Amino acid sequence: MTTRAELVRDVGEFLGFLRSEMRPKGKLLTPFNIISLPIILAGAVLVVIRFARGLGAVTNLSQETPWGFWIGFDVVTGVAFAGGAYVITFMVYIMKAEKYHPIVRATVLNGLLAYMFYAGALLLDLGRPWNIINPIIGNSFGYNSILFLVAWHFMLYMIAEFIEFSPVVAEWAGLRRLRKVLAGLTLGTVIFGVTLSTLHQSGLGALFLLAKSKIHPLWYTEFLPILFLVSSIFAGLSMIIFEGTISHRVFADQIDPERHGSFDEIVLGLGKGAAVAMFLYFFFKVLIFVHGKEWSYIGDPWFWWYMVEVIGFVLVPCLLFTRGVMTRSVAMVKIAAVATLVGIILNRLNVSIIAFNWNSANPYYPSLAEIVITLMVIFTEIWVFRWIVNRMPVLRESPFWANGQRESDRKVA
Amino acid sequence: MDRRSFLKTAGAAGSAALAAGSVQAQETSQDQMISHDEFVGCLTDTTRCIGCRACEVACAEAHGLPVPDVANDGALENLRNTSTEQWTVVNRFETDKGTVYVKKQCMHCWQPACASACLTNAMYKTHEGPVIWREDKCMGCRYCMVACPFEIPKFEYDSTNPKIQKCIQCWDRLQEGEVPACVAACPVDALMFGKKNQLMEIARVRIYRHPERYVHHIYGQYEVGGTNWLYLSAVPFDQLGFRTDLGTTPYPEYTKGFLYSVPVVFLLAPTFMVALEHLSHRPGDSGEEGHR
Repeated sequence: MTTRAELVRDVGEFLGFLRSEMRPKGKLLTPFNIISLPIILAGAVLVVIRFARGLGAVTNLSQETPWGFWIGFDVVTGVAFAGGAYVITFMVYIMKAEKYHPIVRATVLNGLLAYMFYAGALLLDLGRPWNIINPIIGNSFGYNSILFLVAWHFMLYMIAEFIEFSPVVAEWAGLRRLRKVLAGLTLGTVIFGVTLSTLHQSGLGALFLLAKSKIHPLWYTEFLPILFLVSSIFAGLSMIIFEGTISHRVFADQIDPERHGSFDEIVLGLGKGAAVAMFLYFFFKVLIFVHGKEWSYIGDPWFWWYMVEVIGFVLVPCLLFTRGVMTRSVAMVKIAAVATLVGIILNRLNVSIIAFNWNSANPYYPSLAEIVITLMVIFTEIWVFRWIVNRMPVLRESPFWANGQRESDRKVA
Repeated sequence: MDRRSFLKTAGAAGSAALAAGSVQAQETSQDQMISHDEFVGCLTDTTRCIGCRACEVACAEAHGLPVPDVANDGALENLRNTSTEQWTVVNRFETDKGTVYVKKQCMHCWQPACASACLTNAMYKTHEGPVIWREDKCMGCRYCMVACPFEIPKFEYDSTNPKIQKCIQCWDRLQEGEVPACVAACPVDALMFGKKNQLMEIARVRIYRHPERYVHHIYGQYEVGGTNWLYLSAVPFDQLGFRTDLGTTPYPEYTKGFLYSVPVVFLLAPTFMVALEHLSHRPGDSGEEGHR
């Protein structure tokens, strides 16, 4: 047992450690900082205006378009992009695909931050955010509401992802005993997290089931939840490829050369998974189109826009992924990943904004302030991501003692 | 699987089941229809309306909204929608059977989309029938506006304490035994207040007695599963700005399938994953978080 004096000393040491870690590492005047800092500051000012004068002061939202860019892009698209975390934890911890173990930490951190920031952006969009505790504390449970389910799942999933990531924090802080306890929670948390993810990724699609009379029939289908779930798989995989490629360049000094090489193999593997998921998705889209007898829309401008999304940014990247994997061209897989991300943005914005009230006389366009605040959210997230990666063993090797813990566990098991 | 990892996964599955318990789909309105009295509603006979807009004035006065200057504002020249300051508006339509005036307000659906969308029960279907909004519950997410097929809930975008504004069928007045303000103000009995089954009988009798005066369709009888506000008309309803493509399915039905699947997924997904994890175990794996 630790005595009180030891405890006080430990806490003191830990606070000193925290203080030293708060200092910036690396250069301050990088191109990224020079671009992002003014936007973050401008966004912060706009957030103040939004709360001082109401949503109408900064957004183009209207009675006809109650959900705009903050919901359509930040939340609906952002959560799809964060889908990589549940796919990879499933692959590594349930299917035991050890090949992907090196990217687990970065992916889970990305997922956690995406949920914190993009779902957090939801708070800006709420007209009466002080009542957000109502669906949580239980004085008003709207069981009938898909949004109730989505809100609870966001919250629980953030906790799950934090637990999944927590051994990294423990390794950083040197909390050996705590790390052992937290690492023991991982498998159960992964199972819980994957279950939550399947439900709220599809739940985001289910939200729009109630907008039957407003969404263009080419996009409205009772299968929206399944389409959202399947597309979140390849959205997440593409995001890992995209984000990982950038990380491996920016944080190259943290990754040992051996793992640099293995990343190409990982990209090819992820590309294969994305190709399969995208083909299933495309096939399902065709089935829905045929079964819905939607021939009558052929020739309509909306039909061509639909084709841009489904052919240009689903089928084409799907074929690029396939070809890239077959010819072992990492570059082609990366191009496919970017095209897929564009396709996901198109799809989510189509359902939530563009094809929503498609026949309206006053179509909605996001205001500059809505875009600046969105950029603020993204840039702040990247700042936090960088802060953590520069300090904690996310891309870097774990400390020696943590590897030792794992070895001893292995002997016991 | 050893005992420790069994307990771990059992714990995860157990907490998942707990969370599932909180998202059961709920059938509310249907039971109420059987066990309670009929919902109250209003019958609007557009063949009687003279476009005097006394209902607009009465509504504004009853709810502390800006009272329109009916004599001078020329509001009938434009097609209007309800707004944060007007819970009801009268519009003028030129049809093959002459000028027709139509009052617009919340339809007070039998199974409202807005109430099923609301995650805090702020949008609430009362036992009497009116759909009301409760300020202390609402978090301003505006999902009710996304869901409402009639685009009735209106949000105060320029307020720091924004409210959802919509007709509440004078629920406060009903508690005191009065009829809605608009109904009381109507000088030509174009509006009638009552229980929905009685209003349906009256509407059918009017069509039966004057088959040449009315189209044989009571708007609100079947639309989106039925609404408490009913309309009679001399011309097809699509000529009066009504949406006739909304179908007869109550809106909560569209999300019911998904909500029912939630407990199933919560039960099956963890079970499958525990099994998969067990099957994919390789010798030497510890199953814990690690970093190569």
